[in-house]
Amino acid sequence: MIGIGQRFTPLQRLLHWLMVFCIVAMLFIGVGMVSTITPKYLPLVSIHKSLGIAILVLALIRLVVRLRYGAPPLPADLPEPMRLAAHLSHYALYILMIGMPLLGWSMLSAAGYPVVLYGGVRLPAILPQSDRLHTLLWNAHFYLAFLFFALILMHFAAALFHALVRRDGVFETMAPVPSRDELTPAE
Amino acid sequence: MPESRRLPARSVFGSLVIIFVVIAGSAAAFAYTAGWFSPRRLTPDKMVDALAPPTGAALGHRRNHAKGICFTGVFESNGSGSTLSKAQVFVRGQYPALGRFNLGTPDPNAPDSTVRVRGMGLRISTPDGQEWRTAMINAPVFPAATPQAFHELLLAAASKDPNAMKAFAGAHPEIATFGAWAKSAPWTGSYAEDRFNSLNAFIFVDNSGAEHAVRWSLLPAAQAVPISPDELAKRGPDFLQQEIVDRVRRGPLHWTMVVTVANPGDSTGDPSKAWPEDRRTVEVGTLTVQQIEAEADGPCRDINFDPTVLPAGIRISDDPFPAARSSIYAKSYDLRTAESKDYPRTATSTKP
Repeated sequence: MIGIGQRFTPLQRLLHWLMVFCIVAMLFIGVGMVSTITPKYLPLVSIHKSLGIAILVLALIRLVVRLRYGAPPLPADLPEPMRLAAHLSHYALYILMIGMPLLGWSMLSAAGYPVVLYGGVRLPAILPQSDRLHTLLWNAHFYLAFLFFALILMHFAAALFHALVRRDGVFETMAPVPSRDELTPAE
Repeated sequence: MPESRRLPARSVFGSLVIIFVVIAGSAAAFAYTAGWFSPRRLTPDKMVDALAPPTGAALGHRRNHAKGICFTGVFESNGSGSTLSKAQVFVRGQYPALGRFNLGTPDPNAPDSTVRVRGMGLRISTPDGQEWRTAMINAPVFPAATPQAFHELLLAAASKDPNAMKAFAGAHPEIATFGAWAKSAPWTGSYAEDRFNSLNAFIFVDNSGAEHAVRWSLLPAAQAVPISPDELAKRGPDFLQQEIVDRVRRGPLHWTMVVTVANPGDSTGDPSKAWPEDRRTVEVGTLTVQQIEAEADGPCRDINFDPTVLPAGIRISDDPFPAARSSIYAKSYDLRTAESKDYPRTATSTKP
Protein backbone atom coordinates (compact mmCIF):
# COMPACT_ATOMS: atom_id res chain seq x y z
CA MET A 1 0.00 0.00 0.00
CA ILE A 2 0.98 3.60 -0.54
CA GLY A 3 3.56 5.09 1.72
CA ILE A 4 4.12 2.00 3.77
CA GLY A 5 7.60 2.01 5.17
CA GLN A 6 7.95 5.55 3.86
CA ARG A 7 7.40 7.79 6.76
CA PHE A 8 9.23 10.89 7.88
CA THR A 9 12.24 9.92 9.98
CA PRO A 10 11.73 9.81 13.77
CA LEU A 11 13.83 12.98 14.08
CA GLN A 12 11.58 14.76 11.56
CA ARG A 13 8.47 13.63 13.37
CA LEU A 14 9.89 14.71 16.72
CA LEU A 15 10.77 18.16 15.32
CA HIS A 16 7.34 18.48 13.67
CA TRP A 17 5.33 17.77 16.79
CA LEU A 18 7.61 19.77 19.07
CA MET A 19 7.22 22.72 16.72
CA VAL A 20 3.45 22.28 16.52
CA PHE A 21 3.38 22.90 20.24
CA CYS A 22 5.84 25.83 20.08
CA ILE A 23 4.30 27.61 17.10
CA VAL A 24 0.69 27.28 18.21
CA ALA A 25 1.65 28.54 21.68
CA MET A 26 3.63 31.35 20.03
CA LEU A 27 0.70 32.55 17.92
CA PHE A 28 -1.74 32.46 20.82
CA ILE A 29 0.73 34.28 23.09
CA GLY A 30 1.30 36.85 20.35
CA VAL A 31 -2.33 37.83 19.86
CA GLY A 32 -2.97 37.60 23.59
CA MET A 33 -0.10 39.82 24.70
CA VAL A 34 -0.85 42.69 22.32
CA SER A 35 -4.41 42.90 23.62
CA THR A 36 -3.73 43.19 27.34
CA ILE A 37 -2.32 45.74 29.77
CA THR A 38 -2.40 43.38 32.78
CA PRO A 39 0.76 42.16 34.55
CA LYS A 40 0.57 39.03 32.33
CA TYR A 41 1.83 41.25 29.50
CA LEU A 42 5.49 41.17 30.53
CA PRO A 43 5.91 37.40 31.04
CA LEU A 44 4.00 36.80 27.79
CA VAL A 45 6.33 39.12 25.88
CA SER A 46 9.34 37.47 27.49
CA ILE A 47 8.12 33.98 26.54
CA HIS A 48 7.25 35.21 23.05
CA LYS A 49 10.82 36.40 22.45
CA SER A 50 12.50 33.30 23.90
CA LEU A 51 10.15 30.88 22.18
CA GLY A 52 10.59 32.76 18.91
CA ILE A 53 14.33 32.24 18.98
CA ALA A 54 13.81 28.58 19.95
CA ILE A 55 11.52 28.17 16.93
CA LEU A 56 14.10 29.81 14.67
CA VAL A 57 16.78 27.37 15.82
CA LEU A 58 14.44 24.37 15.52
CA ALA A 59 13.28 25.48 12.06
CA LEU A 60 16.84 25.80 10.78
CA ILE A 61 17.66 22.32 12.11
CA ARG A 62 14.48 21.04 10.56
CA LEU A 63 15.30 22.57 7.19
CA VAL A 64 18.70 20.87 7.17
CA VAL A 65 17.14 17.55 8.18
CA ARG A 66 14.47 17.92 5.48
CA LEU A 67 17.06 18.66 2.82
CA ARG A 68 19.07 15.63 3.99
CA TYR A 69 16.23 13.09 4.37
CA GLY A 70 13.54 14.52 2.11
CA ALA A 71 9.86 13.63 2.44
CA PRO A 72 7.85 10.53 1.58
CA PRO A 73 6.14 10.78 -1.81
CA LEU A 74 2.51 11.83 -1.93
CA PRO A 75 -0.01 9.16 -3.04
CA ALA A 76 -0.04 8.71 -6.81
CA ASP A 77 -3.80 9.23 -6.96
CA LEU A 78 -3.76 12.56 -5.12
CA PRO A 79 -5.54 15.14 -7.36
CA GLU A 80 -3.19 17.71 -8.85
CA PRO A 81 -4.69 20.76 -7.04
CA MET A 82 -4.18 19.05 -3.68
CA ARG A 83 -0.67 18.08 -4.64
CA LEU A 84 0.11 21.67 -5.58
CA ALA A 85 -1.48 22.98 -2.37
CA ALA A 86 0.58 20.53 -0.33
CA HIS A 87 3.84 21.65 -1.92
CA LEU A 88 3.15 25.36 -1.82
CA SER A 89 1.89 25.30 1.75
CA HIS A 90 5.02 23.48 2.87
CA TYR A 91 7.21 26.13 1.27
CA ALA A 92 5.12 28.83 2.93
CA LEU A 93 5.30 27.13 6.33
CA TYR A 94 9.09 26.85 6.17
CA ILE A 95 9.41 30.48 5.09
CA LEU A 96 7.22 31.61 7.97
CA MET A 97 8.88 29.37 10.59
CA ILE A 98 12.21 30.94 9.74
CA GLY A 99 10.99 34.38 8.71
CA MET A 100 8.69 35.28 11.59
CA PRO A 101 11.33 35.06 14.34
CA LEU A 102 13.74 37.04 12.16
CA LEU A 103 11.07 39.69 11.54
CA GLY A 104 10.38 39.94 15.26
CA TRP A 105 14.06 40.22 16.12
CA SER A 106 14.64 42.84 13.38
CA MET A 107 11.57 44.78 14.45
CA LEU A 108 12.83 45.06 18.03
CA SER A 109 16.28 46.01 16.75
CA ALA A 110 14.85 48.75 14.51
CA ALA A 111 12.99 50.15 17.53
CA GLY A 112 16.13 50.26 19.67
CA TYR A 113 14.74 47.82 22.25
CA PRO A 114 17.22 45.51 23.92
CA VAL A 115 16.38 41.90 22.98
CA VAL A 116 16.49 39.99 26.25
CA LEU A 117 15.55 36.31 26.37
CA TYR A 118 14.61 34.09 29.27
CA GLY A 119 17.46 33.81 31.74
CA GLY A 120 18.82 37.24 30.83
CA VAL A 121 20.40 36.16 27.54
CA ARG A 122 20.91 39.27 25.41
CA LEU A 123 20.89 39.18 21.63
CA PRO A 124 22.61 41.83 19.52
CA ALA A 125 20.63 44.21 17.32
CA ILE A 126 20.50 42.91 13.75
CA LEU A 127 19.34 46.20 12.23
CA PRO A 128 20.05 49.86 12.92
CA GLN A 129 17.35 51.92 14.58
CA SER A 130 14.87 53.26 12.04
CA ASP A 131 11.25 54.31 12.34
CA ARG A 132 10.58 53.39 8.72
CA LEU A 133 12.06 49.91 9.01
CA HIS A 134 10.29 49.39 12.31
CA THR A 135 6.93 50.18 10.76
CA LEU A 136 7.55 47.92 7.77
CA LEU A 137 8.70 45.02 9.96
CA TRP A 138 5.97 45.52 12.52
CA ASN A 139 3.29 45.35 9.82
CA ALA A 140 4.88 42.27 8.29
CA HIS A 141 5.17 40.52 11.65
CA PHE A 142 1.59 41.38 12.57
CA TYR A 143 -0.19 40.47 9.34
CA LEU A 144 1.94 37.42 8.58
CA ALA A 145 1.04 36.04 12.02
CA PHE A 146 -2.59 35.79 10.92
CA LEU A 147 -1.56 34.28 7.59
CA PHE A 148 0.60 31.79 9.51
CA PHE A 149 -2.30 30.78 11.73
CA ALA A 150 -4.61 30.42 8.71
CA LEU A 151 -2.01 28.23 6.98
CA ILE A 152 -1.67 26.07 10.07
CA LEU A 153 -5.44 25.62 10.19
CA MET A 154 -5.45 24.62 6.50
CA HIS A 155 -2.56 22.24 7.11
CA PHE A 156 -4.41 20.77 10.10
CA ALA A 157 -7.64 20.43 8.08
CA ALA A 158 -5.73 18.74 5.26
CA ALA A 159 -4.07 16.35 7.71
CA LEU A 160 -7.45 15.41 9.15
CA PHE A 161 -8.86 15.04 5.64
CA HIS A 162 -6.07 12.60 4.79
CA ALA A 163 -6.53 10.75 8.07
CA LEU A 164 -10.31 10.55 8.22
CA VAL A 165 -11.61 10.83 4.67
CA ARG A 166 -8.97 9.80 2.17
CA ARG A 167 -7.22 7.39 4.51
CA ASP A 168 -4.33 7.37 2.08
CA GLY A 169 -1.42 7.04 4.47
CA VAL A 170 -0.33 10.70 4.24
CA PHE A 171 -1.26 11.44 7.83
CA GLU A 172 0.61 8.34 8.98
CA THR A 173 3.85 9.61 7.43
CA MET A 174 3.98 12.29 10.12
CA ALA A 175 1.89 10.62 12.86
CA PRO A 176 3.56 10.93 16.24
CA VAL A 177 3.14 7.20 16.92
CA PRO A 178 2.80 4.39 14.39
CA SER A 179 -0.83 3.62 13.55
CA ARG A 180 -2.32 0.22 14.31
CA ASP A 181 -2.21 -0.70 10.64
CA GLU A 182 1.51 -0.28 10.55
CA LEU A 183 2.00 -2.43 13.59
CA THR A 184 0.19 -5.31 11.94
CA PRO A 185 2.05 -7.18 9.22
CA ALA A 186 1.65 -5.73 5.76
CA GLU A 187 -1.40 -6.93 3.88
CA MET B 1 -5.15 -0.21 -1.65
CA PRO B 2 -6.73 3.24 -1.34
CA GLU B 3 -9.85 1.97 -3.13
CA SER B 4 -10.39 -0.63 -0.46
CA ARG B 5 -10.40 2.12 2.16
CA ARG B 6 -13.08 4.33 0.55
CA LEU B 7 -15.66 5.26 3.11
CA PRO B 8 -19.44 5.20 2.68
CA ALA B 9 -20.88 8.66 1.96
CA ARG B 10 -22.41 9.01 5.43
CA SER B 11 -19.10 8.37 7.08
CA VAL B 12 -17.40 10.92 4.81
CA PHE B 13 -19.98 13.50 5.79
CA GLY B 14 -19.43 12.73 9.48
CA SER B 15 -15.68 13.12 9.06
CA LEU B 16 -16.08 16.44 7.29
CA VAL B 17 -18.28 17.69 10.12
CA ILE B 18 -15.59 16.67 12.63
CA ILE B 19 -12.93 18.49 10.62
CA PHE B 20 -15.07 21.60 10.35
CA VAL B 21 -15.80 21.66 14.08
CA VAL B 22 -12.13 21.17 15.02
CA ILE B 23 -10.93 23.92 12.67
CA ALA B 24 -13.70 26.36 13.59
CA GLY B 25 -13.05 25.69 17.27
CA SER B 26 -9.34 26.42 16.85
CA ALA B 27 -10.07 29.65 15.00
CA ALA B 28 -12.56 30.68 17.70
CA ALA B 29 -10.01 29.98 20.47
CA PHE B 30 -7.53 32.18 18.61
CA ALA B 31 -10.05 34.98 18.22
CA TYR B 32 -10.98 34.70 21.89
CA THR B 33 -7.31 34.99 22.90
CA ALA B 34 -6.98 38.05 20.67
CA GLY B 35 -9.86 39.63 22.58
CA TRP B 36 -12.31 39.71 19.67
CA PHE B 37 -15.09 38.32 21.85
CA SER B 38 -14.16 40.50 24.84
CA PRO B 39 -15.19 44.07 24.01
CA ARG B 40 -14.74 45.04 27.66
CA ARG B 41 -11.10 43.97 27.86
CA LEU B 42 -8.89 46.97 28.59
CA THR B 43 -6.45 46.90 25.69
CA PRO B 44 -3.48 49.15 24.94
CA ASP B 45 -5.50 50.57 22.03
CA LYS B 46 -8.31 51.65 24.37
CA MET B 47 -5.86 53.26 26.74
CA VAL B 48 -4.17 55.14 23.90
CA ASP B 49 -7.59 56.25 22.62
CA ALA B 50 -8.52 57.52 26.07
CA LEU B 51 -5.30 59.57 26.23
CA ALA B 52 -6.11 61.40 23.00
CA PRO B 53 -7.47 64.94 23.28
CA PRO B 54 -10.99 65.65 21.89
CA THR B 55 -9.42 66.95 18.69
CA GLY B 56 -7.65 63.63 18.13
CA ALA B 57 -4.12 62.42 18.74
CA ALA B 58 -1.18 64.47 17.45
CA LEU B 59 0.05 62.17 14.70
CA GLY B 60 3.71 61.20 14.86
CA HIS B 61 4.03 62.23 18.49
CA ARG B 62 4.08 60.34 21.76
CA ARG B 63 0.49 59.72 22.81
CA ASN B 64 1.18 61.31 26.18
CA HIS B 65 4.04 63.52 27.36
CA ALA B 66 4.05 64.68 23.75
CA LYS B 67 5.73 68.03 24.40
CA GLY B 68 9.33 67.83 25.44
CA ILE B 69 12.97 68.37 24.73
CA CYS B 70 15.82 65.91 24.57
CA PHE B 71 19.13 65.97 26.44
CA THR B 72 22.34 63.99 26.79
CA GLY B 73 24.63 63.73 29.77
CA VAL B 74 26.12 61.28 32.22
CA PHE B 75 25.03 59.41 35.29
CA GLU B 76 27.85 59.29 37.79
CA SER B 77 27.36 56.49 40.25
CA ASN B 78 28.93 56.87 43.70
CA GLY B 79 28.89 53.12 44.38
CA SER B 80 26.41 53.24 47.29
CA GLY B 81 23.65 51.63 45.21
CA SER B 82 25.67 48.42 44.99
CA THR B 83 24.50 47.48 48.49
CA LEU B 84 20.98 47.32 47.04
CA SER B 85 21.40 46.12 43.45
CA LYS B 86 24.01 44.22 41.50
CA ALA B 87 23.28 46.25 38.36
CA GLN B 88 26.44 47.69 36.82
CA VAL B 89 24.85 51.13 36.79
CA PHE B 90 25.42 51.30 40.58
CA VAL B 91 29.11 50.44 40.43
CA ARG B 92 31.12 53.61 40.97
CA GLY B 93 31.70 55.16 37.56
CA GLN B 94 30.28 57.31 34.80
CA TYR B 95 27.69 56.03 32.37
CA PRO B 96 26.18 57.80 29.35
CA ALA B 97 22.65 59.09 29.82
CA LEU B 98 19.99 60.13 27.36
CA GLY B 99 16.81 61.77 28.52
CA ARG B 100 13.88 63.97 27.76
CA PHE B 101 12.21 66.71 29.79
CA ASN B 102 8.53 66.66 29.01
CA LEU B 103 5.07 67.84 29.87
CA GLY B 104 2.27 65.40 30.73
CA THR B 105 0.03 66.32 27.83
CA PRO B 106 -0.98 64.60 24.58
CA ASP B 107 -0.67 67.98 22.81
CA PRO B 108 2.87 68.78 21.60
CA ASN B 109 1.88 72.45 21.34
CA ALA B 110 0.23 72.88 24.74
CA PRO B 111 1.33 76.11 26.49
CA ASP B 112 3.65 75.26 29.39
CA SER B 113 1.48 76.98 31.97
CA THR B 114 -1.48 74.71 31.18
CA VAL B 115 0.28 71.47 32.12
CA ARG B 116 0.57 70.52 35.76
CA VAL B 117 2.57 67.31 35.40
CA ARG B 118 6.15 67.43 34.16
CA GLY B 119 8.26 64.41 33.50
CA MET B 120 11.66 63.10 32.65
CA GLY B 121 12.37 60.05 30.53
CA LEU B 122 15.85 58.66 31.12
CA ARG B 123 18.02 55.93 29.67
CA ILE B 124 21.33 55.02 31.26
CA SER B 125 23.57 52.61 29.36
CA THR B 126 26.34 50.54 30.92
CA PRO B 127 29.39 48.87 29.33
CA ASP B 128 27.90 45.40 29.92
CA GLY B 129 25.38 46.24 27.18
CA GLN B 130 22.48 46.69 29.58
CA GLU B 131 20.11 49.61 29.83
CA TRP B 132 18.02 51.17 32.51
CA ARG B 133 15.06 53.10 31.18
CA THR B 134 12.74 55.02 33.44
CA ALA B 135 10.05 57.63 33.00
CA MET B 136 9.41 59.78 36.06
CA ILE B 137 7.08 62.67 36.89
CA ASN B 138 7.15 65.56 39.32
CA ALA B 139 4.07 64.46 41.27
CA PRO B 140 4.83 62.58 44.51
CA VAL B 141 2.08 60.00 43.86
CA PHE B 142 0.07 58.75 40.91
CA PRO B 143 -3.59 59.84 40.69
CA ALA B 144 -4.95 56.29 40.34
CA ALA B 145 -4.27 53.03 42.17
CA THR B 146 -4.72 50.70 39.19
CA PRO B 147 -4.45 50.98 35.41
CA GLN B 148 -8.22 50.35 35.20
CA ALA B 149 -8.84 53.27 37.56
CA PHE B 150 -6.51 55.44 35.48
CA HIS B 151 -8.54 54.59 32.38
CA GLU B 152 -11.71 55.57 34.21
CA LEU B 153 -10.02 58.80 35.25
CA LEU B 154 -9.14 59.62 31.65
CA LEU B 155 -12.72 58.95 30.58
CA ALA B 156 -14.11 61.05 33.43
CA ALA B 157 -11.73 63.93 32.68
CA ALA B 158 -12.80 63.92 29.03
CA SER B 159 -16.48 63.48 29.83
CA LYS B 160 -19.04 66.19 29.10
CA ASP B 161 -20.94 65.12 32.20
CA PRO B 162 -20.15 67.82 34.81
CA ASN B 163 -20.44 65.21 37.57
CA ALA B 164 -18.08 62.69 35.99
CA MET B 165 -15.01 63.78 37.96
CA LYS B 166 -16.97 63.97 41.19
CA ALA B 167 -18.25 60.46 40.60
CA PHE B 168 -14.73 59.23 39.88
CA ALA B 169 -13.33 60.84 43.03
CA GLY B 170 -16.14 59.26 45.03
CA ALA B 171 -15.32 55.80 43.74
CA HIS B 172 -11.55 56.35 43.91
CA PRO B 173 -10.76 58.47 46.96
CA GLU B 174 -7.02 57.82 46.46
CA ILE B 175 -7.02 60.64 43.90
CA ALA B 176 -7.24 63.13 46.79
CA THR B 177 -3.50 62.92 47.54
CA PHE B 178 -2.61 63.68 43.95
CA GLY B 179 -5.32 66.35 43.83
CA ALA B 180 -3.91 68.09 46.89
CA TRP B 181 -0.44 68.12 45.35
CA ALA B 182 -1.77 69.47 42.03
CA LYS B 183 -3.61 72.25 43.83
CA SER B 184 -1.08 73.36 46.40
CA ALA B 185 2.43 72.36 45.33
CA PRO B 186 4.38 75.32 43.96
CA TRP B 187 5.10 75.51 40.24
CA THR B 188 8.62 76.21 39.07
CA GLY B 189 9.86 78.16 36.07
CA SER B 190 12.40 75.55 35.02
CA TYR B 191 12.76 71.84 34.44
CA ALA B 192 16.10 72.28 36.25
CA GLU B 193 14.25 73.02 39.49
CA ASP B 194 11.87 70.07 39.35
CA ARG B 195 12.09 66.82 41.23
CA PHE B 196 11.19 63.67 39.29
CA ASN B 197 9.85 60.52 40.95
CA SER B 198 9.58 56.93 39.73
CA LEU B 199 6.28 56.50 41.60
CA ASN B 200 6.23 52.82 40.75
CA ALA B 201 7.98 50.43 43.11
CA PHE B 202 10.64 48.13 41.73
CA ILE B 203 12.74 45.36 43.25
CA PHE B 204 16.50 45.76 43.51
CA VAL B 205 18.40 42.47 43.74
CA ASP B 206 21.84 42.68 45.35
CA ASN B 207 24.88 40.46 44.86
CA SER B 208 23.77 38.05 47.58
CA GLY B 209 20.40 37.66 45.87
CA ALA B 210 18.58 39.62 48.58
CA GLU B 211 15.69 41.74 47.35
CA HIS B 212 14.85 45.31 48.28
CA ALA B 213 11.63 47.06 47.32
CA VAL B 214 12.48 50.58 46.21
CA ARG B 215 11.30 53.74 44.52
CA TRP B 216 13.64 56.37 43.20
CA SER B 217 13.68 60.11 42.68
CA LEU B 218 15.89 62.70 41.02
CA LEU B 219 16.38 65.71 43.29
CA PRO B 220 17.41 68.93 41.53
CA ALA B 221 20.60 70.69 42.59
CA ALA B 222 19.07 73.99 41.48
CA GLN B 223 17.08 75.89 44.07
CA ALA B 224 13.37 75.88 43.23
CA VAL B 225 11.94 79.36 42.74
CA PRO B 226 8.15 79.21 42.99
CA ILE B 227 6.21 80.86 40.22
CA SER B 228 2.48 81.06 39.62
CA PRO B 229 1.00 79.53 36.47
CA ASP B 230 -0.10 83.05 35.47
CA GLU B 231 3.44 84.34 35.63
CA LEU B 232 4.66 81.31 33.71
CA ALA B 233 2.02 81.99 31.06
CA LYS B 234 3.33 85.55 30.64
CA ARG B 235 6.80 84.22 29.87
CA GLY B 236 5.48 82.45 26.76
CA PRO B 237 3.96 79.13 25.74
CA ASP B 238 7.33 77.42 25.22
CA PHE B 239 9.26 79.11 27.99
CA LEU B 240 10.45 75.92 29.70
CA GLN B 241 12.11 74.74 26.53
CA GLN B 242 13.87 78.04 25.84
CA GLU B 243 14.89 78.37 29.48
CA ILE B 244 16.48 74.92 29.66
CA VAL B 245 18.40 75.53 26.42
CA ASP B 246 19.83 78.79 27.83
CA ARG B 247 20.50 77.26 31.21
CA VAL B 248 22.41 74.26 29.91
CA ARG B 249 24.39 76.54 27.60
CA ARG B 250 25.63 78.36 30.69
CA GLY B 251 26.66 75.15 32.41
CA PRO B 252 25.67 71.55 33.13
CA LEU B 253 22.71 70.78 35.42
CA HIS B 254 22.65 68.22 38.19
CA TRP B 255 20.15 65.98 39.93
CA THR B 256 20.92 63.60 42.80
CA MET B 257 19.41 60.17 42.43
CA VAL B 258 17.93 59.03 45.72
CA VAL B 259 16.63 55.50 46.23
CA THR B 260 13.97 55.06 48.90
CA VAL B 261 13.93 51.59 50.46
CA ALA B 262 10.61 50.18 51.66
CA ASN B 263 10.25 48.70 55.11
CA PRO B 264 9.08 45.10 55.24
CA GLY B 265 5.33 45.18 54.87
CA ASP B 266 5.17 48.45 52.90
CA SER B 267 2.83 48.08 49.96
CA THR B 268 4.59 48.07 46.59
CA GLY B 269 1.48 47.55 44.50
CA ASP B 270 -0.10 51.01 44.64
CA PRO B 271 1.68 54.09 43.28
CA SER B 272 -1.13 56.35 44.51
CA LYS B 273 0.17 55.85 48.07
CA ALA B 274 3.49 57.26 49.19
CA TRP B 275 5.58 55.38 51.73
CA PRO B 276 6.00 57.06 55.11
CA GLU B 277 8.54 59.89 55.18
CA ASP B 278 10.95 58.09 57.52
CA ARG B 279 11.92 55.35 55.10
CA ARG B 280 15.63 54.80 54.51
CA THR B 281 17.05 56.66 51.54
CA VAL B 282 20.32 56.05 49.73
CA GLU B 283 21.97 58.58 47.44
CA VAL B 284 23.30 56.48 44.60
CA GLY B 285 24.67 59.04 42.17
CA THR B 286 24.28 62.22 40.17
CA LEU B 287 22.68 62.84 36.82
CA THR B 288 24.44 65.58 34.89
CA VAL B 289 22.65 67.10 31.92
CA GLN B 290 25.39 68.36 29.60
CA GLN B 291 23.68 69.17 26.36
CA ILE B 292 20.20 69.84 25.04
CA GLU B 293 19.45 67.91 21.85
CA ALA B 294 17.02 68.66 19.05
CA GLU B 295 13.59 67.20 19.72
CA ALA B 296 12.40 66.41 16.18
CA ASP B 297 15.76 65.16 14.92
CA GLY B 298 17.50 64.21 18.12
CA PRO B 299 18.31 60.90 19.72
CA CYS B 300 15.17 60.80 21.92
CA ARG B 301 12.71 60.83 19.07
CA ASP B 302 12.66 57.12 18.39
CA ILE B 303 13.35 55.96 21.94
CA ASN B 304 10.56 54.44 23.96
CA PHE B 305 11.25 55.21 27.63
CA ASP B 306 9.66 51.90 28.59
CA PRO B 307 10.03 51.56 32.37
CA THR B 308 10.36 47.77 32.10
CA VAL B 309 13.64 47.96 30.18
CA LEU B 310 15.79 47.16 33.20
CA PRO B 311 19.28 45.80 33.79
CA ALA B 312 19.83 42.54 35.66
CA GLY B 313 19.62 43.58 39.32
CA ILE B 314 16.40 45.57 38.90
CA ARG B 315 13.06 43.97 38.25
CA ILE B 316 9.41 44.92 38.47
CA SER B 317 7.42 44.48 41.69
CA ASP B 318 3.74 43.63 42.12
CA ASP B 319 2.93 47.20 41.06
CA PRO B 320 0.62 46.65 38.04
CA PHE B 321 1.63 49.90 36.33
CA PRO B 322 5.01 49.09 34.76
CA ALA B 323 3.49 46.23 32.73
CA ALA B 324 0.55 48.42 31.71
CA ARG B 325 2.84 51.30 30.82
CA SER B 326 5.08 48.99 28.80
CA SER B 327 2.19 47.71 26.70
CA ILE B 328 0.70 51.19 26.21
CA TYR B 329 4.04 52.87 25.46
CA ALA B 330 4.74 50.16 22.87
CA LYS B 331 1.38 50.89 21.24
CA SER B 332 2.15 54.60 21.23
CA TYR B 333 5.58 53.87 19.76
CA ASP B 334 4.18 51.62 17.03
CA LEU B 335 1.63 54.27 16.08
CA ARG B 336 3.92 57.26 16.09
CA THR B 337 6.79 55.63 14.21
CA ALA B 338 4.27 54.65 11.51
CA GLU B 339 3.13 58.30 11.35
CA SER B 340 6.57 59.85 10.98
CA LYS B 341 5.52 61.68 7.81
CA ASP B 342 3.08 63.67 9.98
CA TYR B 343 5.94 64.80 12.21
CA PRO B 344 8.67 65.57 9.71
CA ARG B 345 12.27 65.58 10.67
CA THR B 346 13.63 69.01 9.97
CA ALA B 347 16.85 68.14 8.27
CA THR B 348 17.85 71.79 8.32
CA SER B 349 17.22 72.23 12.02
CA THR B 350 20.31 72.99 13.99
CA LYS B 351 20.94 71.84 17.48
CA PRO B 352 19.73 74.49 19.87
